[in-house]
Amino acid sequence: MLTAAEYDSAARPPRALEELLDVASNGQLLLALVGRNVKVRYKRSVFGVAWTMAQPATMLLVLTVIFSHAFAPRASSYALYLAPGLILWHFFAQTTSLVIGEVATGAELWRRVRMPKTALAIATTCSNLLNLSLATIPLLLLLVIAHVRLGLPLLTIPLTAIITAAFALGLGLLIAAVAIYFPDAADLYQMLLIPWMFITPVIYPQNILPPRVSQLVSLNPMALFVDAFRGPMYDNSASSLANFGIMFAIAFATLLTGWLVFTHCADDIAYRG
Amino acid sequence: MTLPIAADAASEALSDAVVRLDDVGVRYRMAIDKGLSLKELVVRRQRRRVADYEALRGVDLEIRRGETIGIIGSNGAGKTTLLRLIARVLSPTSGRIRIRGTVAPLIDLFGVLHHELTGRENAYLTGALLGLRRREMRDRIDSIADFAGIGDFFDAPLRTYSAGMMVRLAFATATSVDADILLIDEALSVGDAMFQRKSGARIDGFRRAGMTCVVVSHDVRRLAEMCDRIVWLDHGRVVEVGESARIVQNYLASSAG
Repeated sequence: MLTAAEYDSAARPPRALEELLDVASNGQLLLALVGRNVKVRYKRSVFGVAWTMAQPATMLLVLTVIFSHAFAPRASSYALYLAPGLILWHFFAQTTSLVIGEVATGAELWRRVRMPKTALAIATTCSNLLNLSLATIPLLLLLVIAHVRLGLPLLTIPLTAIITAAFALGLGLLIAAVAIYFPDAADLYQMLLIPWMFITPVIYPQNILPPRVSQLVSLNPMALFVDAFRGPMYDNSASSLANFGIMFAIAFATLLTGWLVFTHCADDIAYRG
Repeated sequence: MTLPIAADAASEALSDAVVRLDDVGVRYRMAIDKGLSLKELVVRRQRRRVADYEALRGVDLEIRRGETIGIIGSNGAGKTTLLRLIARVLSPTSGRIRIRGTVAPLIDLFGVLHHELTGRENAYLTGALLGLRRREMRDRIDSIADFAGIGDFFDAPLRTYSAGMMVRLAFATATSVDADILLIDEALSVGDAMFQRKSGARIDGFRRAGMTCVVVSHDVRRLAEMCDRIVWLDHGRVVEVGESARIVQNYLASSAG
């Protein structure tokens, strides 16, 4: 970006604020980056949209075949339980991983040109939100075909998606900040994602757990997000206002922490060979 | 090409300088052991071993409005670090740098953009990175395509480009931005003889129009031709600043001896 008309290295605002101002004044850059992500994903790939759906769809198929007898009387009702949670988990896992990756590749870019250092991460989160919407629409169509009762709770889905996105962005930035000093933090996170998915009620209903384990699982914020996302599509229920309050607080605190830590550390990237 | 620079009382201290460095130092931290990992930190409780490396030390420099200033020095002298300071991708770890005016880095951004996207799409993206609005970019896109002179490749994916074509596109895009200060890295001096003449002519045009240019290059003879003044850096310190021919002469004499 073209730099401001007057610059004094001795009079820089606090990093977190400076970054926020940089992002706010660079809307066109964010748009261009989201556009790039979408184009790269859909236009240039031979399979296009179908390809991005392939991974969650395969998971859905395999899990349904294997687990439907364990958790539900019929395969179809298990698939309906599984699909929304799986889509949201996939969105969360992919967003955090991409945000961490963007910081590593972005470093090459911001050694050359001054730009908001969070721009790539924010753009990735936004384009992933678009992908999530694109994955949710065919799912809703399937639900209509399957005569699942749908109603007003559906209106909470975009809210849940946005809150989850904020949480993912914050967590991604936090881990990316650690990865500046310890590159293996990114690999470690990938490793943790798998057990994390299993302590989140994605592929099983939470009520099959013994009460004490279930209580522990409830401490996992992703359990709340997945529940809130699945409810409207599975049994036409919306999460309570209190739950939304907790979700919002968790996401906001995570994003704020991630932002502060990342912007504090990001300058250090430039000083590393 | 230049934007008017408002002269106000507060910036009087800068006089006609557009860039001013006061006792600037830049210290890099380098990890000594490569296998720096969280695992080791946790398992062996090993402390990270780092060494400081001073890329620049006590640099005082003033770049005046409208001049073309070259930076020379051997590898590791701090040329690129100085350019990064002015591009504001790096801040000094000590001292102070003040810049008046907009800065456009004329550097190869295409290596980090997307190879599946076309030259046109990458040009738009570069424009956005340099702070141009899409509308402003639309007005420039034809002249960018024209100047790059890569014909139908402009609408082909970047992966089909030769290195020379990428440089031409990068140069055409970066020089389409209006800025007060242009930073030119030697990486862009590749390309065939004809394009070199063409790009040289464009930079000459900028200089005549009063744009301030900062040029880093190993090609000292070419620098001597195009620059008003030259900064000679060695091991992060300024050895000499002054009239081009004299500095180049001293520099060549010292490296011969």
